[in-house]
Amino acid sequence: METSFAITGKGYVIVAADTTAARSIVKMKTDEDKIKTLSEHLVMAYSGEPGDTLQFAEYVSRNIRLYAIRNLYALRPAAAAAWIRRALATSLRSRKPYSVNLLLGGYDETEHAPKLYWVDYLGTMDEVPFAAHGYGSYFALSLLDRYHDPSASLEEGLATLKRCIDEVSKRLVVSPGTYKVKIVDKDGVREVEL
Amino acid sequence: MARRYDSRTTIFSPEGKLYQVEYAMEAISHAGTVLGLLAKDGVVLAAEKKVTGKLLDLSATKEGGYGGSGEKVFLLSSNVITGLAGWTADANSLVNFARNAAQQHLLAYDEDIPVELLAQRLCDMKQGYTQFGGLRPFGVSLLYAGYDPQYQFQLYRSDPSGNYSGWKATCIGANNGTAQSLLKQEYKDDIEVKDAIGLALRTMSKTMDSTTLGSEKLEFAVLTLDPVTKKPKAKIYRPAEIDALLEKEGLAKKDEDTEMKAA
Repeated sequence: METSFAITGKGYVIVAADTTAARSIVKMKTDEDKIKTLSEHLVMAYSGEPGDTLQFAEYVSRNIRLYAIRNLYALRPAAAAAWIRRALATSLRSRKPYSVNLLLGGYDETEHAPKLYWVDYLGTMDEVPFAAHGYGSYFALSLLDRYHDPSASLEEGLATLKRCIDEVSKRLVVSPGTYKVKIVDKDGVREVEL
Repeated sequence: MARRYDSRTTIFSPEGKLYQVEYAMEAISHAGTVLGLLAKDGVVLAAEKKVTGKLLDLSATKEGGYGGSGEKVFLLSSNVITGLAGWTADANSLVNFARNAAQQHLLAYDEDIPVELLAQRLCDMKQGYTQFGGLRPFGVSLLYAGYDPQYQFQLYRSDPSGNYSGWKATCIGANNGTAQSLLKQEYKDDIEVKDAIGLALRTMSKTMDSTTLGSEKLEFAVLTLDPVTKKPKAKIYRPAEIDALLEKEGLAKKDEDTEMKAA
């Protein structure tokens, strides 16, 4: 089942999401990228109702791009998160709400700090040091309580992420096989292989 | 020739001018001077009040509100203050619009509106009034003094045509040419707020019609960063504070009565 994690560390934020696209009990695809790059220093991992997720992610990414073109610089992670949260909160009060959960990881170039926001389909948002969505979160959050270190190097951060993924693989009945991992830091967004 | 083309804002004259817009700018060049100075650690605004008189009730400006007489200098958002020259009634409507735009941004993005974006919002509206029929342009020029994390302290100026531009030091209203040439000579790139305050007051005293400066003719405001919270802090001076400041800078008017008594 869908699982996503995110961890902040010293000057970076790691965002990871499984790559399974499933319908009912069938795996349709195992190389789906569920992490969208919204701007030079912002990524968004999305999960939830298939279709809703992609539609909402594209809506968000294009609006954030529009703001950057109009104003010559991109929204800061905090402002982008506030806008996205409002988009979900507005949607929730419509006839057919988006059923999408998000992890927003970014690097704030004015504060020189990594930022992570946990957002759910009800329009809840919080800035957090680490976060998870999906069934995997039930296993990962206690691990992260124990092992997360805000001043950890990238290698240590990736090792902590590996622990979460391994634990989920070991204990969750319907655990996903593969993950995509993206890192945001002062140099921008890049993908890494675990 | 002009008369055929100046009755409507939206019609170009054969020389390619929009007369109503030019008239609006002319109106502003008779208004009270407003001067802005960008410093390394803040922005300073000084303005000349034109509406004065013994019978004018100024009790509210002494105690109530957040400072300022409600004529020249206004708080637009917690990170932007403005100084206005021109038609006060038009100005009030623009201030209301700007405050609304600033709060809309705060609601949507949970951050203070970037200064240039606020200037853009107002100028989009001002431009509209030079193009769509039946309306006259706003007879107001503004100075925006503000702070945002991306570009730190900034100073912008806009005019009735809807043009805006960023400045290190500038001036609108009566005698703005004199003030700007004075500022050009005196301004230094690494000036600090404490020196900018003096420069602003000295330039005002040289350009204003009256020979002596006093709180009844002057409005003054400074935008700096709060040393503790690192958030922008706007301070619009009250009359007593302006007099104290002038005293400190050695520009206060001499009280003739006390001099007589002393003699």
